[in-house]
Amino acid sequence: MVATLAFFAVRLIPGDPAQAILGGPGSQASAEALAAVRMEYGLDQPLIVQYFAQMGRLATGDLGRSYSLNTDVAPLVLSQLGGTLLLAGLSLALAWLLALILATWSTRGGRTAGRVGSALEIVAASLPHFWLATSLIVVFSIWWGVLPPISTSGPGGLVLPVVTLAIPLAGFLGQLMRESLLTALESPFVLSARARGESERGVRWIHALRHAALPAISLSGWAFGSLISGAVVVETVFARPGLGRTLLHAVTVRDVPVVVGVVMIVAVGYILMTVATDVASRIADPRERMP
Amino acid sequence: MSELEIQSRVQRFPGVRRRPAATEVVTGLTAVFLLVAAAMPHLVAPGDPLAIAPLSAFEPPSWPHVFGTDESGRDLYTRVVHGTGNSLAIGLAATAIGLGLGAVLGTIAGLSGRLVDFTVNRFLEVLFAFPGLLLALVFILVFGPGAATATVAVGLSTAPGYARIIRSQIIAVRSSAFIEAAIVQGLGRGRILRRHILPNTLTPLLVLGTLGIGQAIVWAATLSYLGLGAEPPAAEWGAMLSAGRTYITSAWWMSFFPGLFIVLTAVTATLLGRSIERRMRHA
Repeated sequence: MVATLAFFAVRLIPGDPAQAILGGPGSQASAEALAAVRMEYGLDQPLIVQYFAQMGRLATGDLGRSYSLNTDVAPLVLSQLGGTLLLAGLSLALAWLLALILATWSTRGGRTAGRVGSALEIVAASLPHFWLATSLIVVFSIWWGVLPPISTSGPGGLVLPVVTLAIPLAGFLGQLMRESLLTALESPFVLSARARGESERGVRWIHALRHAALPAISLSGWAFGSLISGAVVVETVFARPGLGRTLLHAVTVRDVPVVVGVVMIVAVGYILMTVATDVASRIADPRERMP
Repeated sequence: MSELEIQSRVQRFPGVRRRPAATEVVTGLTAVFLLVAAAMPHLVAPGDPLAIAPLSAFEPPSWPHVFGTDESGRDLYTRVVHGTGNSLAIGLAATAIGLGLGAVLGTIAGLSGRLVDFTVNRFLEVLFAFPGLLLALVFILVFGPGAATATVAVGLSTAPGYARIIRSQIIAVRSSAFIEAAIVQGLGRGRILRRHILPNTLTPLLVLGTLGIGQAIVWAATLSYLGLGAEPPAAEWGAMLSAGRTYITSAWWMSFFPGLFIVLTAVTATLLGRSIERRMRHA
């Protein structure tokens, strides 16, 4: 389905793909060169033939060749995947941690703690990645010089990108967790746990937190998506190789096969993530295990 | 996005008003400031946003230039204020596109039979697989970069989310007790739709829209920052930040203040949306 949509979206592009392969509209390619390229990429075939040819290639894992880099798309995209997955994974983990800390702390204190927590969440959720990234670079790399502004080598270079991606996400997750934690703390099962004489810590960490985590778990698929689109920005700012930067470059030079390749990988990742969150919420929530 | 409560119009008693909280007052004042800055920028920043003064380039924030100056000596405060109109307009337009499209899709899915609902739902699920900016990036790939395409792109990529919320809202309203009562009373389909279903679905749209403007502005600015939206000479926040990136080592204020205004707008929109939501629930 996604592939079909991507195929037709690409066909809508005004301009000749053969022209794009030969260096864009400004390149003044000869008619013979254009014809040769069309032949090579199968662009002279009828649309429906091209469609089935592309679907057939997709089924065997062939994503075509990049227009601008003259390499196969599949290995290119796969080589960039690792870096982005590492970045997104670490950010998701950090965002979860921050949100948990914020939610448990702001529901424990009085009204002031609740308000401060809620204000922090709203501001964090409103921070644009590119601004947060540049602000962090200014403070930590230029003023204090403790962390490198460019993230190519070593674990130190990962810190700023991960923090940049994690903070806005932590804002969103924190809002959700705090609301469901408050609801859970007022519900009858918490009262009965207290009546059985369980400690405050036991009630919070064992009973209530499981409920608080549910909406955040089911939102992790969405979070993955937002991390990937955040990665486009963060990888560009920190000059970090990865899927996001590859995608942005491809969009800028109109390298259609690469864009389609990246989008396909992300779509597959999103679907896998959705399945994974279904499983995870089934583990966390016994009610969903009912047949 | 939080769950919006559904209630019959009968439940809303007029005359019960809560005193505005301190946060609401501050939010309101900020919103008014931003609106004035957008509509009549000369009132709050009398200078010319394009007036260059090469001798005073790269001045750090000081009294005559509260936000500092840029590489041509233009006053950043004036530029940021004059950029409000552009950025707000882009955010509003994108939200309107997303919400409009989402409302059409959601209403069709929510009101039609099972087959149409199923088809629209599958379609939405496919769109959801292009998370966030990806849909916008694909759209820009097709139609080329620029302020207008970026606006439409952001609108389009928010539409599936809106459609899903509106659809579930309509289905919830349609199966609620007061609609059953209206059917029992023998009211016609058109009348039930117009007088009961639509008003109860459309008021939450106001909240969704207000909450969405902040996100739309952030995304549109992100696209400009990446060089796919409004172009740098324009006084648009994302484009200004992008221009400031070159001088990040020496002139931090060039990227800091435009971004600060983006955050301010996004936070204001969120708080405004929440307070409208709270009032609708309690009023």
